[in-house]
Formats: sequence, structure tokens, C-alpha cells
Amino acid sequence: MRKTRYAAVAFAAAAALTMSACGGDSGTDAGGEDTGSSDTITIGIKFDQPGVGFMENNEPSGFDVDVAKYVANELGYSEDQIEWKETPSAQRENVLENGEVDMIFASYSITDERKQRVAFAGPYFIAGQDLLVNADNNDINGPEDLNGKVLCSVTGSTSAQKIADTQPDVNLLEQGGYANCVTAMQGGQVDAVTTDDIILAGLASTDANSGKFKVVGNTFTEEQYGVGISQDSDQCEAINTAIRTMVEDGSWEEAIMANTEGADYSYNDELNPPEPAACA
Amino acid sequence: MGGFFALFEGYDVVAAFWMNIQLAFWAAIGSLVLGTVLAVMRISPIASLRWFGTAYVNIFRNTPLTIIMVFSVLGLWGQLQVNFVNDFDLNFFMLAILSLSLYHAAFVCEAIRSGVNTVPLGQAEAARSIGLSFLPAAWLIILPQAFRGAIAPLGNVLIALVKNTTVAAAASVAEASGLMKTMIEFRPDVMTQIFLTFAIGFVVIVIPIGLLTTWASKKLAVAR
Repeated sequence: MRKTRYAAVAFAAAAALTMSACGGDSGTDAGGEDTGSSDTITIGIKFDQPGVGFMENNEPSGFDVDVAKYVANELGYSEDQIEWKETPSAQRENVLENGEVDMIFASYSITDERKQRVAFAGPYFIAGQDLLVNADNNDINGPEDLNGKVLCSVTGSTSAQKIADTQPDVNLLEQGGYANCVTAMQGGQVDAVTTDDIILAGLASTDANSGKFKVVGNTFTEEQYGVGISQDSDQCEAINTAIRTMVEDGSWEEAIMANTEGADYSYNDELNPPEPAACA
Repeated sequence: MGGFFALFEGYDVVAAFWMNIQLAFWAAIGSLVLGTVLAVMRISPIASLRWFGTAYVNIFRNTPLTIIMVFSVLGLWGQLQVNFVNDFDLNFFMLAILSLSLYHAAFVCEAIRSGVNTVPLGQAEAARSIGLSFLPAAWLIILPQAFRGAIAPLGNVLIALVKNTTVAAAASVAEASGLMKTMIEFRPDVMTQIFLTFAIGFVVIVIPIGLLTTWASKKLAVAR
């Protein structure tokens, strides 16, 4: 009998601990409309794209993160007022709609289908689908060299679908993440990895991969990375102004260079830096 | 809503579900065969076989399926360059079946062992007394009764297997959950409808299995 009572107490204590872990996120102002100084702003980024949006030891890094910090600063939020939140591709529209995040900088391409549910500021970068190959590979210079080769991309991604539609003779390996693709390429079974050029550059510039891979530099799509905001947000103009300022004072260029170092990568300078589109 | 139905012209949802059914079918056969062998090992009089069966069940039952799946792709195919067939996509289909079979065999083994426990000890003693050694006794006397007692738990394993075929997306197999990701990526405006389509698809596949095994477990139960 006593044993059961101890067990019940232990169970209740454990339950209380786990419950309290859930309630920790208080004090987030979901609106984020006012640029007051004591509020925080919640920004959605990717946590798994080194060089673009990456979270390690609670320290966010990457090009998306640098742009987000700059824009937030222009909107009146200092760095410690930013709350970072992971927003995987499939969740981006949902978290904007229900106000869990105020802005999303997560390699988020502007498309008409997405505009039905969310609004976009920007674009702040124009990426394009490209190929990552081993540094000593000179046979693959574009999608037309891929026939019979093994190409890796992420399940359900725009890049994977694009290849499946346009290059039916390519052996497409679909994996859960780009890191898996790079691992398989190191093993020698995969010839190339494909997604947006800046994501590839970020992957190739991590400490472990630096110098081993190169971005082919022959983009064959155009992805406009925008800042996802909710449709009733009034921050679009302010964000666009911040992006223009960032480009003008050179921080934009600096952010790209810093985040793709060691990848042998240069962005498409015909399209970049982009001029933010007019707000709806 | 009209835009939603037009989706089915661009994306072959039925083919994706058919892939899941094929995976489940072959993996069910594979895991049933391997699971039966393991169950026989675990009830055998030879200590080393019992040890092996126990070790197998504990290792594979406690390893997440995703890890087994990723290992078979990045480890077996990526590093060790294992190719069962030359066809690129078929090779991954087979790797996925292999992973699913290895994983679910552990659960099948335990389901069958629970069935063995429903067979009274007198059956084994009677088999022994008419001169049957272990294997014939297991094959002719114990297992037939054990299977009939294990239909309900085996049905549970089969239902879990059907749903776990979605993990094959990690092995680059073009099945339903991967297609759902693609559809959501391109058409977030009808995300809820897409999600419900796939959820209902699995309900449609799984409910008949549940009904069938419940019916069969009553119909085939050994009357004692």
C-alpha cells in the first residue's frame, strides 16, 4: 500500500514537471504590430539548413538569420528581443495564420498558391535551383548532364518535383534531409545533390564539408525568397524599407559572403540583389 | 473546392497508396516467415537459439524503424553499395521491404509466442508421448493452434505495418506520405483537404483489416 502511494506521488511529480515544460512560452505578443521596445518578436527560421537557417547550441546562424536580425533591428527589436522558432516547410502557412510567429525567413519562395493564405514582403534574395557535386567532378555542369546519373534531393521538395518533371531519365533519390544526401554523395553512390543554390552553398561551407564540394553555378529556376507575414500584418512596407537599407549599406552582400565561405560560390548577380516587390 | 479536385489530375494519389499496399503485402509475408522462425527459436529446447531469438527481438523491437530504414539506404546502399537489382527504384523498394520485414518480424514473433501460450501444456506432452521430436511437434501440433490463437495480435501488427509503410519515404520510395509532402509544398492553400485525403485513405485501408482479423480471430479460435 505504501509502495503504491509513493508511486502515485512520483507519478504526479513527473506529470507536473512535464506539464510545466509546455507552458514556458509565455509573454509572446502574437501581434507584433507595435514597434515598442519591451516586446519580443517571434521569427520563424529553418533549423536544419547550415548557412541559411541553422540552430546549433541555441545559437541561430545563416543568411536568413542575418537578414531577419537586420530587419528586426530596423523594426525596433534588438537581437535579444527576437524569439527564434523552427518553421519546417509544411508548417509555415499554419504558424503565420494562427499567429505563432510574426515573420518567417526560411528560404520561403513567393508563390501564388502560398499568397492565398499568407502575405509576403521582399524578396530579399533570388535563388535558383542548382547542383552540388564533388569538388573534382567536371562532368556535370547542368541538368542536361544528369542522364543516368544519381541525383539526390529532399522528399516533397520543389526541387525534387522539378527534376522529376523535366528530367525523367535521372535516377532521383529522395531523402529526409540534405545532410543525408551529402552523406550518400560522400559514399560515392550519389553524383549530385540539387536544391536552391544558396542552400547548397551553405551545405558546402560547413566545417566538415568545406572544400569537398562545389556548386555548379548554372541555375535553372528562379525562386524569390520572401518574408512570410500574415495577411493582416501592416509591416510589409517597413520590412521592404529595411531590406532596401540592408542592400544599400552593404550588410546584405556581407551576410551572403560570410555564410557561404569555403563553398566556391557566387550568387547570380543578374538577379541579385532584388528590388522588393510592391506590397499588396 | 473545384481547385482541390483538379489536384488529382496532377498527382496520382491512388498510385501512391498502391505503393503502400504493395510494401505492406511483401513486408507482411517477409515478417511472417522470419517472425515464425524466430518464434520457433524462442520456444526451442536449444539454449543458443533461444538466446538468439531473444536478442533479435529486443534489438529490432527497440530500434526506431526510421533508423533501420535510413541505415539500409545510407549504410547498405550508400556505403556498402548493396544493389539487389539493377533497376534504381526497384532496388529501394526492396530495401524498404527488407527494413520493414526485419522490424516487424520482432513483433510477429512476440504475437506468435503469445499464441503459443494459449496452447495447453498437455498438447506438447501428448505430441512428445506419440514420439514427435521438437520440430514436428512445433510444426504439426503447437504452431497451428498458436496461429489460431494469435490472429488478433497478428492483426494489430499488420495494421501497424500498413501505417509504417509511410516510413519508406525515407528510403526514397514514392509512397503516399511523400506525395502528401509534395502536394502540401505546392498547394498549401488546400493543405487541410490534402491532409484529410491521406488520413481517410489510410482509414479506408486499415479498417477492413481490423474487421477481418476480429472476425477471423472469433471464427478460428480453438474451442477449449
